[in-house]
Amino acid sequence: MKALVWHGKEDIRCDTVSDPEIQDPRDAIIKVTSCAICGSDLHLFHNFIPGMMPGDIMGHETMGEVVEVGSGVDGKLKKGDRIVVPFTIICGECDQCKRGNFSVCETTNRKKYLADKVFGHSTAGLFGYTHLTGGYPGGQAEYLRVPFADATHIKVPAGIPDEQLLFLSDIFPTGWQAAVQCDIVPTDTVAIWGCGPVGQMAIRSAILLGANQVIAIDCLPERLSMAEAAGATTINFENESVLERLKELTDGKGPEKCIDCVGMESHVMASLPDTLLDRAKQMVMLESDRPHVLREMIYVCRPGGIISVPGVYSGFSDKLPMGAFMNKGLTMRTGQTHVNRWTDDLLRRIEQGEIDPSFVITHTVPLEQGPEMYQVFRDKRDSCVKVVLKP
Amino acid sequence: MFHFSNITRSKGDPKIVEGGSSLKQPSDQLARALGWFSIGLGIVEFFAPRRVTETLGMEGHETMVRAFGVREILAGVMSLSVDKNAGLWARVGGDGLDAAALLSGLTPDNPKKGNIALALLMVGGIAVLDYRAAQDTKPQRPGPNARRKLYPNRSGFPKGLQAAKDRAKEMIQHATAGVTS
Repeated sequence: MKALVWHGKEDIRCDTVSDPEIQDPRDAIIKVTSCAICGSDLHLFHNFIPGMMPGDIMGHETMGEVVEVGSGVDGKLKKGDRIVVPFTIICGECDQCKRGNFSVCETTNRKKYLADKVFGHSTAGLFGYTHLTGGYPGGQAEYLRVPFADATHIKVPAGIPDEQLLFLSDIFPTGWQAAVQCDIVPTDTVAIWGCGPVGQMAIRSAILLGANQVIAIDCLPERLSMAEAAGATTINFENESVLERLKELTDGKGPEKCIDCVGMESHVMASLPDTLLDRAKQMVMLESDRPHVLREMIYVCRPGGIISVPGVYSGFSDKLPMGAFMNKGLTMRTGQTHVNRWTDDLLRRIEQGEIDPSFVITHTVPLEQGPEMYQVFRDKRDSCVKVVLKP
Repeated sequence: MFHFSNITRSKGDPKIVEGGSSLKQPSDQLARALGWFSIGLGIVEFFAPRRVTETLGMEGHETMVRAFGVREILAGVMSLSVDKNAGLWARVGGDGLDAAALLSGLTPDNPKKGNIALALLMVGGIAVLDYRAAQDTKPQRPGPNARRKLYPNRSGFPKGLQAAKDRAKEMIQHATAGVTS
């Protein structure tokens, strides 16, 4: 089969690889009908997240049709079922899964010993990601083996196009969880840094959860226009001061809720000296993340407010203003997404026409063009916001 | 075909049968080679500055050579990073400093001036490569004045923004009623 394979920094190729096989009775194999490139794939593309190995198949936003099931799937899936695959692999049986904390499933990381060493405790296995999370082959391929398939799936009905359902695998529940974690009340102003795909979903989630005002921060006109389309007030940080504008928009009080949809690779600008320092330190491996957005959020968030962090951080961040964080009594909530905790509700909202996540797709191309699209997406060429690949 | 990376695959995981083409350009390979060269030269300059100054007949300038070594290592690391273009331009600037330093040692009484001339020739050659690689690895991000598509009609709410807001209000009222009743 064809698959997008990681060969090193900025080197992803469309290789021919052997077909996946059932390895465990709880496995299923799906024929992939649609998959997408995620912003966090770019961290792997840049080799900023440790633990990638040449030969790893990329991709964790995938859906398709079940073509083979193991004997232990217990009738929960059958050949021909149409499923979206959550990016977090879950057993559905461990203590964390029972609590709904699916992204920290205690069972599914097959390289638990690595994560235990690096993070202190293992988190769930993830598709197409670092070996710290199991090194499972990803879904930017023609076929995908889904481990623990009896639990790791979202069954979706026929009649709704892939484009509306695909993002249940990651970015839609990720944006949703980011907003839910903010405990939004109807008087809240929610400020969202980053209008990439997760940021766009977080904006719409905040609206659906009843925020009074949503403010979206980015520097790309196409992304800001998409944010405005959903009713957000926008700030272009290349043209105006984020801190001053946020104060203006909140009568000097600051937003009650802040969401970081940027993560470890924040924009580097000469007018923001901390971003230059972070970049220099990241280059010489003195710091793994560029946490400018976290610093800005802590500084600007209203005392007693909540900071929600769906953006990916990989290791160590310097110069976080913990004094401000502590004295302002802020709360930070973060984590990989507990996808299956949210997907029943989100699928219902899609079915009822409350939201159509396909709005975010700007490019749909054959899988073979994937390597090129990584560059287009990374460089924000051709006003690219979200790429869907068709195997 | 044998692929080294297949050795590390977990049992049963897909293995590479036939490799696809890489989008890496020759300029990327050149940047990588120059990056490693820079680090190697930097290590020599930092740890053996006296050998360098003796070879060039420029004794007494060890501190400067050491500082140049640090600069070479940093530029090399940058050239190997995703910001390789910045690293390569740093190298081009460094080549200028190297040439200036070598020229200052090219005095009639320097018995090693032949070595300095050779070093200058090498710096010139490397500078051409650095400049070429820096030109060829320019980031392809659209400039601030590039034409961009805008997406003002992509709200994502099939029933419209107001309906989404109304629905949210309804849900909140429903939840509040549930709490108070």
